[in-house]
Amino acid sequence: MAKGNVQLLGSWVSPYSNRVQMVLNLKSVDYEFIEENFYSNKSERLLKANPVHKKIPVLIHDEKPICESLVIIQYIDDVWTENGPSILPSDPYDRAIARFWAAYIDDKWFPCIWVILLSDGADAKKTAALEEFNKGLALLEDAFIKCSKGQKFFGGDKIGYLDIALGCFLGLVRLIQKMDNISLIDESKSPNLFKWAQHFSDDDAIKVVIPETEKLLEFAKVFVAQVKASGINK
Amino acid sequence: MAEVKMFGAWGSPFSKRVEMGLKLKGVEYEYIEEDLNNKSSLLLNYNPVHKKVPVLVHNGKPIAESLIILEYIDEAWEGPDILPKDPYERANARFWAKFIDEKCMPPMWKACWSIGEERAKAKEEASEALKFLENEINGQKFFGGDTIGLVDIAANFIGYWFRIAEEIVGLELMTQDKYPNLCKWAEEYCKCSFVKENLPPKDKLADIFKGIIQAQSAPK
Repeated sequence: MAKGNVQLLGSWVSPYSNRVQMVLNLKSVDYEFIEENFYSNKSERLLKANPVHKKIPVLIHDEKPICESLVIIQYIDDVWTENGPSILPSDPYDRAIARFWAAYIDDKWFPCIWVILLSDGADAKKTAALEEFNKGLALLEDAFIKCSKGQKFFGGDKIGYLDIALGCFLGLVRLIQKMDNISLIDESKSPNLFKWAQHFSDDDAIKVVIPETEKLLEFAKVFVAQVKASGINK
Repeated sequence: MAEVKMFGAWGSPFSKRVEMGLKLKGVEYEYIEEDLNNKSSLLLNYNPVHKKVPVLVHNGKPIAESLIILEYIDEAWEGPDILPKDPYERANARFWAKFIDEKCMPPMWKACWSIGEERAKAKEEASEALKFLENEINGQKFFGGDTIGLVDIAANFIGYWFRIAEEIVGLELMTQDKYPNLCKWAEEYCKCSFVKENLPPKDKLADIFKGIIQAQSAPK
């Protein structure tokens, strides 16, 4: 359903970009996807659209830019109200809980994944990051039980805000599992999240967005080498 | 048991944000002051993940993180809007509130309490961040327009806490010549009777800040 002109400056690799793509798909919004080089040589277009953070994703709706993935998702939910069920829960308390865990994922949990991806096996930082990751996962497993109320997703019987906030990282999780030959979301330790991950990735709106592990592997080899060479350890 | 309880700390800008939100909506609440050096088991129970104030407890259900609590207050109670109704303006408000938390407050706070190169670096970072806010306020009375909104509430640290700390430590970061719009906003903001009621006493805060300096310069 057309509600103005929609463009997304993003990248197939970026989980944050993927979040927005997933929501646009769930809401059946027509949009133009513009692949941006997010790491280096950022385009004029991106710098103009997001002068503050200079990052993807940026949603441009009728020439007005909106930045920050979680802000964008809520914007899409606020605008495309007739396009399918809402992404955020309807109850204010459930909304607050969803926002809380999404913020936790971004502030506390994702930084661990980043460290795990970029550090070597022998590095003490990696061990520490894995520990934090697992602690976080246990919290999220518990949160899933409370939010899902016995259903398939954090959002209940349909994919919602928190499913997307977490699920966008499944591509990276699978990459690390393959690269390091470890199980990050383990069926025995996190049985609910393990099942949830399968349900989430099987959804039609989602499966076309999560990057394939093989493609990510190819990309990661180049990217991780570049990052290490430039000495940026973030 | 009160329907609405709030765990806070008198000196915390995050805590005061929530009080502002509650008062804006005219919500009656029970306030529980927490000793941040000796947190109550009740608080730790309500916020096991972050173990911090503020926490709002509504009908026994806890919500943590000040900006999330503010959105909850806006949605759960009638009264003046904390967030704008227009989706684009809402997105804008959320963007700038997050910007304040992530990009302004950390380097501003660090600049106050560090020295030498560390201070210079933090000051530079904070200066850059404040420039964006300076452009954003752009001659409006408040970030929310004619009335106080989410971003104004989120910027309480910038409008009040920081000005006091900055003077005590001799930082000269948010100066009139570099940030005329922000300084004007801060003046209007602190003059506003509603805001004034929700700020900790200047002398008490100054004592805390002076205490930090003393502790830093004390022989180890």
